Amino acid sequence: MASVIRHRTIVEDSWQPLEADPWLRVGESGLVPDFPVAGDLLVPLRLWQLRRDDLIARDGRLGLLIEGWDEPENFADALPRLQLVAIHVPQFADGRAYSLARILRQRHGYAGELRAFGDVLRDQLLYLSRCGFDSFALRDPGRAEESLAAFRELAAALRRPYAWQRAA
Amino acid sequence: MYTYDDVDQRLVEERVAQFRDQTRRYLAKDLSEDEFRPLRLQNGLYLQRHAPMLRVAIPYGLLSSRQLRTLAHIARTYDRGYGHFSTRQNLQFNWPRLEDVPEILAELAVVQMHAIQTSGNCIRNVTTDHFAGVARDEIVDSFVWCELIRQWSALNPEFAYLPRKFKIAVNGAAADRAATFAHDIGLHALKNGAGEVGFRVIAGGGMGRTPVIGHVIREFLPWRHLLTYLEAILRLYNRYGRRDNKYKARIKILVRELTPEAFREKVEAEWLQLADGPATLSEDDVRAIEARFERPPYQVLADATVAALGACGAWMKRNVHPHKQPGYAAVSVSLKKTGVPPGDVTAAQMDAIAALADRYAFGELRVSHEQNLVFADVRQADLQDLWRELRALGLATPNIGLLTNIISCPGGDFCSLANAKSIPVAEAIQRRFDDLDYLHDIGELDLNLSGCMNSCGHHHVGHIGILGVDKHGEEWYQITIGGNQGLTRPGAPAALGQVIGPSFARDDVPGVIERLIEAYLARRESDDERFVDTVWRIGIEPFKEKVYGKRHQAQDHRRRQLAAA
Ligand code: SF4
Repeated sequence: MASVIRHRTIVEDSWQPLEADPWLRVGESGLVPDFPVAGDLLVPLRLWQLRRDDLIARDGRLGLLIEGWDEPENFADALPRLQLVAIHVPQFADGRAYSLARILRQRHGYAGELRAFGDVLRDQLLYLSRCGFDSFALRDPGRAEESLAAFRELAAALRRPYAWQRAA
Repeated sequence: MYTYDDVDQRLVEERVAQFRDQTRRYLAKDLSEDEFRPLRLQNGLYLQRHAPMLRVAIPYGLLSSRQLRTLAHIARTYDRGYGHFSTRQNLQFNWPRLEDVPEILAELAVVQMHAIQTSGNCIRNVTTDHFAGVARDEIVDSFVWCELIRQWSALNPEFAYLPRKFKIAVNGAAADRAATFAHDIGLHALKNGAGEVGFRVIAGGGMGRTPVIGHVIREFLPWRHLLTYLEAILRLYNRYGRRDNKYKARIKILVRELTPEAFREKVEAEWLQLADGPATLSEDDVRAIEARFERPPYQVLADATVAALGACGAWMKRNVHPHKQPGYAAVSVSLKKTGVPPGDVTAAQMDAIAALADRYAFGELRVSHEQNLVFADVRQADLQDLWRELRALGLATPNIGLLTNIISCPGGDFCSLANAKSIPVAEAIQRRFDDLDYLHDIGELDLNLSGCMNSCGHHHVGHIGILGVDKHGEEWYQITIGGNQGLTRPGAPAALGQVIGPSFARDDVPGVIERLIEAYLARRESDDERFVDTVWRIGIEPFKEKVYGKRHQAQDHRRRQLAAA
């Protein structure tokens, strides 16, 4: 079982006991039509688009895998049914996930778990979290423990007196 | 001068602690070169040809004497005793050791300074008119707005990993002294018919490989919406700016690919979602920032006509500027003495300038994007004394606005990206034009020099621009004429220079400049017509002819023959 950082603590993601990764990944290409009918399932956007009704009908929680450049309009209809949105970070210096997270939180009111996965490193955790991510699958899960300190950096920013300052 | 509040202070201190830890982990090989790069860049640290380079932010060019003394101390302790003022109102140290940088940043934090986001693919130090707050043609004092932008952009978590660097300039006067059309975003602070403050928003300007004059995307943005509108532009850029090719990653390319009209529509649509959101400003917000600015306690004086002759007279004419407060003047401290690299200052000079600022200018100074310093508030009665002291320090060269006030990047002597050196070229030109009477007769002329296409010396917008190019491993120089940094006088908008022809070897450059000047002097209609005005009136052909002579004519002749055949 891989560990992830969720709400600033290291947790074993143990919803789905069958796999090392509790979220069973299905068909990156979206062409694999089959998926388990129960359990927590993390599906690519394409599969959601192809099998929307079947996915809604199944038991268990549902998560969506998206890329930083995906358009929220393409999956806004899924948001109310999702317990997890996992945004892929292809390269740690690719900043698109940051803006997408803000849009999901602020514009679409998404309140479920928002996870960054891929090239996710300790020194980006702070800003990612301030943009709305609350869950992180590190590139190197073994470094989760030492990475927690990142959340304590630049704490003064949260104590800024004016709303416009905190909005940044 | 803006004074930090407790949170501002805490933030820069926490930033130092963060970077200290990052540097430690890098040196311990916990962080790879690639992983460390954006972290150090966002703390101002480049790794250059000879040594690291640390770029210290001087937000909107405003500096206190106390801060300048700290910079002098850093230059002496961690560097080789000098610093270099850049075209973006920053100060660069060229020789610090990586291991020392956290300590240097800690020393800066003590005097409310930092190096946050002075490089890297993020929102850079905001720049403005070096006469903000004192210029007679000022419409809106830009400092408060610059400080708001500084606070909003510094450590903004959403925009730390943009496709490319992002530069914002603000100008609040009739004349554009901040080159707003050559920035990713340019803002003109102005007032509408009802006297309310707002901004004309310009986007997509820039230099570099593909120079572009920015497009006005909004004529009047009420001040409350300043930050949400910036947020909309930055968010669009962050999401849609190209990341596949770093030469096409600036916002100007996005604006061009979408077309300015479509870009404007997208910005407005995004902004509609953000308008009146949490980043909307209230009067209290602005007042609170304004209250942290200490303004000079002016005396009630009358304007005096200061009669000065000779060298002091020349200095008064070129380096002293009108002030909106009667009895006061702004003074340019020229960092363009022949033989000194443009923008360079020694630690001893910094200390001396700080002392002069205390005695003559309320302890404040500004850095201009022309790489000079400015005492913004000097009593007219003190001008002659100040001149004497500056002259003794070698800082009274009366050349502001003239040909030898060369704007130059550090070039091949320091910068690892350079195609060619720039400092020796600047010096050779200064030597060629060392006759002061001749220089003053030539009149206003911006000469800008960049060592490569990155255009740190803003050569595209120089009346004369010089660009270092690489020809089969040799250093050559391409020359443009007719550029202009912005609406500095009515009818003279921002413009990009045109290339006059094939490039030149280094030794030929001063001679070429001389011939351009001769062509101008022979054709100008009056003493008031500047070099660039003449270029605009008659076109570049007569200048080409003067420079390339018969060869050029012969080529043209052949081309005509070919065309006729
Ligand atoms: S223009 Fe080129 S050579 Fe000059 S400082 Fe910039 S990158 Fe370096």
